[in-house]
Amino acid sequence: MPIETAPGLEAGVLLASILFCLGLAGLMMRRNVIFMLMSVEICTNAAALMFVVAGAHWGNADGQVMFIFVVTLAAAEVAIALALVLQFYHRKHTVDIDQLNELRG
Amino acid sequence: MNFIFYITAAIAVAATTMVIFHRNAVHALLYLVTSLLAIAVIFYQFGAPLAAALEVIIYAGAIMVLIIFVIMMLNQGDSTVVQEQAWLQPRTWIGPALLSALLLVQLILLVSNGQISSTQTFHYIGPKQVGIALFSHYVLAVELASMLLLAGLVGAFHLARRKKINPGESSNAN
Repeated sequence: MPIETAPGLEAGVLLASILFCLGLAGLMMRRNVIFMLMSVEICTNAAALMFVVAGAHWGNADGQVMFIFVVTLAAAEVAIALALVLQFYHRKHTVDIDQLNELRG
Repeated sequence: MNFIFYITAAIAVAATTMVIFHRNAVHALLYLVTSLLAIAVIFYQFGAPLAAALEVIIYAGAIMVLIIFVIMMLNQGDSTVVQEQAWLQPRTWIGPALLSALLLVQLILLVSNGQISSTQTFHYIGPKQVGIALFSHYVLAVELASMLLLAGLVGAFHLARRKKINPGESSNAN
């Protein structure tokens, strides 16, 4: 059934764009690995918001199905990334991403 | 009821801004949880209650708890706030912030010039419809997601294990 009270599609798309750009900026400007991971989560979440808003606009359940897959992907990604962060801190005793500079080609 | 959406969107944007500028990791994580809860409210308002519930349970519940566990395992103390302050100088973040703002302006222009706003009605999609779509049309993707989660479990277990590292060859100890 249609909902009349919801704001327009453009508002949802704009919110998703703003959140994605904030996450992208955070990913670029931070050096702490934990903060970079949080910024990636913000970006993922903005993409999931876009899926749900578009699915609600066209009255299609596929948007929420994709949201479930995005959440699954984020869970797997954050588990691997946090394990990498632990290993990194165990070896280098810092969370500065610039210390990972040993791969010289 | 449009004002609820705009207030919630403002809360989400403000909390996310606090996340990327905050110096303390735990405080930033709390702001991130606030942002996720605000987005859950937005999902509910767009007629997606299952997505709202999953956002609260999985994102704000499980994933954030996972991150907070790792922050507590690292146990860095108060010295990191000073370190973050040293890392987060304006001359460091002004370049990425400007580039992201430019990207955002482009996105806003694209959205506002597009022809996407034909109808402004939204449709309520309950958990039943989502479940039917998930387990009939996308059942193969569900199986693939289970494989992904299993691979993530095994990979996280393998990576987070503490191995003996010789001091001289820390780069190729694996």
